[in-house]
Amino acid sequence: MELALALVIGALTAAGVYLLLRSRSFDMILGLTLLSYATNLLIFSAGRLVVGKPPVVKPGVETVLANYTDPLPQALVLTAIVIAFAMTAVTIVVAMRSRADNGDDHVDAGGEGMP
Amino acid sequence: MLQALSPHLPVLPILLPLLFGAVALIFERRGIGLQRAIGWTGMLALLLAVVALLVQADTGAITFYLLGDWPARLGIALVADRLSAGLVATTTLLAVACLLYACAGWDRRARHFHGLFQLQLAGLNGAFLTGDLFNLFVFFEVMLIASYGLLLSGGRGPRMRAGLHYVVFNITASTLFLVALGLLYGLLGSLNMAEMGARVAVLAPEDAALVRAASGLLLVVFCAKAALLPLYLWLPNAYARAPAAVAALFAIMTKVGVYSVLRVYTLVFGDGPGELAGWAWPWLYWTGLLTLLLATLGALAASTLRMLVAYLVIASAATLFVAFALATPDAIGAGLYYLVHSTFVTAGLFLVMDLIRGQRGRTGDALDYAGPLRRNAPLGVLFGIGAVSVAGLPPLSGFIGKALLLDAVPEGYRMWVWGTVLLTSLLTLVALARTGSQVFWRAEPWPDGVRPPSPPLRAQWAGAGLLLAYGIGLTLWGAPVVRYAQAAAAQVLQPDAYMQAARERAPQIREPSP
Repeated sequence: MELALALVIGALTAAGVYLLLRSRSFDMILGLTLLSYATNLLIFSAGRLVVGKPPVVKPGVETVLANYTDPLPQALVLTAIVIAFAMTAVTIVVAMRSRADNGDDHVDAGGEGMP
Repeated sequence: MLQALSPHLPVLPILLPLLFGAVALIFERRGIGLQRAIGWTGMLALLLAVVALLVQADTGAITFYLLGDWPARLGIALVADRLSAGLVATTTLLAVACLLYACAGWDRRARHFHGLFQLQLAGLNGAFLTGDLFNLFVFFEVMLIASYGLLLSGGRGPRMRAGLHYVVFNITASTLFLVALGLLYGLLGSLNMAEMGARVAVLAPEDAALVRAASGLLLVVFCAKAALLPLYLWLPNAYARAPAAVAALFAIMTKVGVYSVLRVYTLVFGDGPGELAGWAWPWLYWTGLLTLLLATLGALAASTLRMLVAYLVIASAATLFVAFALATPDAIGAGLYYLVHSTFVTAGLFLVMDLIRGQRGRTGDALDYAGPLRRNAPLGVLFGIGAVSVAGLPPLSGFIGKALLLDAVPEGYRMWVWGTVLLTSLLTLVALARTGSQVFWRAEPWPDGVRPPSPPLRAQWAGAGLLLAYGIGLTLWGAPVVRYAQAAAAQVLQPDAYMQAARERAPQIREPSP
């Protein structure tokens, strides 16, 4: 399972970086989204991968980490998801406004050396 | 009332701007007068809280404030020591002048200005006060989201393009921040800075390389925010296109990155095993020197007035990296004085350049021939004060800062630091002298039929003058500030006291957990 998760994180990061380096704002936003997915999975895996164990204290189960999964990374991922979501919205608005003002979807539209 | 609030002092500089920001958003449609009243009430309340915090921190106490009353190593803690309180005070003083300048009319054009301005202050103060690395990320985001709004509202065309670059670059850096946080949590099992420091100190040697890799990623993020080579290319365009009052407030944003480096790499990775201890300083030292040189060359080559100041912002952050990388109490103390000075003076120069730009007709801030500058005497005085300060000529605060720094450089580093700092000061002087002579002395007659520009408003003069007056104040009352900076530096270099304070601060209501 660790290998599968690591491969997924790697694939998402690679695709995200590739898209981020393209010069169209739409591709760039998709790239940022993929990167944030990869990051969320990475943070999630920081609490170690545990299957079928609860993150909250259960009555009658001894409170040692062997019986539970670490709840903190889940809280961190939740925060990261919310922030990434808001950021995607902001980027889309800025990109649309830039496209409308500068007449092109290119990230340098209307700048030096651009039509 | 005041007595009841005093245990909550560390949280007030975050809560007050959040509260007034929300109120400003609610009453956004009730006219600009009410907006300004809310903004200034918030500013005044914040100023009082910050003065109280500064007095408290100056006793040398490290105050932990437990949000949610969990022990510091489990929950989120705010920490106010000399360094944090000093930087919060710097932010607040800067914000007063920026708000004054914006109230001359920019806030009428950018509709959400007052709400966003308060939220930006909440983010900045939070980043300086938090004792938790994940919380630092959250406050970085609060600060950045507000800054996107401030930068872009009321703008169009070229500013939107610069804004898109700025937004995307910062989001990418934030993603890297999260990656570093995930790795560090997986390795150390905590994100509270004091607790992380304690765990790094007893780290198994075989984990040291992994922790070093994760901390390297973190360093890249902070350097991207602080605009260090080669990650500064986003800054000049974004700052040069920002509205003046906002660009002036942004002068503190690169300092947040510098502060984070100082805090994290003294507290968390200060005394790790083997190669981990202080591994970042040589890197920062060389990249700092190189950035200082390149940013000064950028200032020399700048073709607009505001681009010149944007490069001076980068140069000042680079000087700070050099000072902190030397990692002696004297050098860090000198760096902290220089931080306060350079924040005020570069922000003041942004405002002065905006005033000059307004008096040059259609030439604006391009470094080109223009009609004779209107009101050149007062503008010349302001420009002169700013230029003398930022270049480091006696008798103003820049000279004191640079002299303290050069004096504190240990044997063996002198050749490179003295050489670079003195050379870049000279080049800065050349750049500013060239700009000054172009703007003030070379003029073509005004073309026929062009109406001369209207004079700046009183609030604009006051805002720009106030920032430069801070610089003069730093000269006249330099001794207390230098003493405070040295004490803050000594405190930063003793992470043990910080960790001790974190352990001793017990929850007030909750039973201490095992």
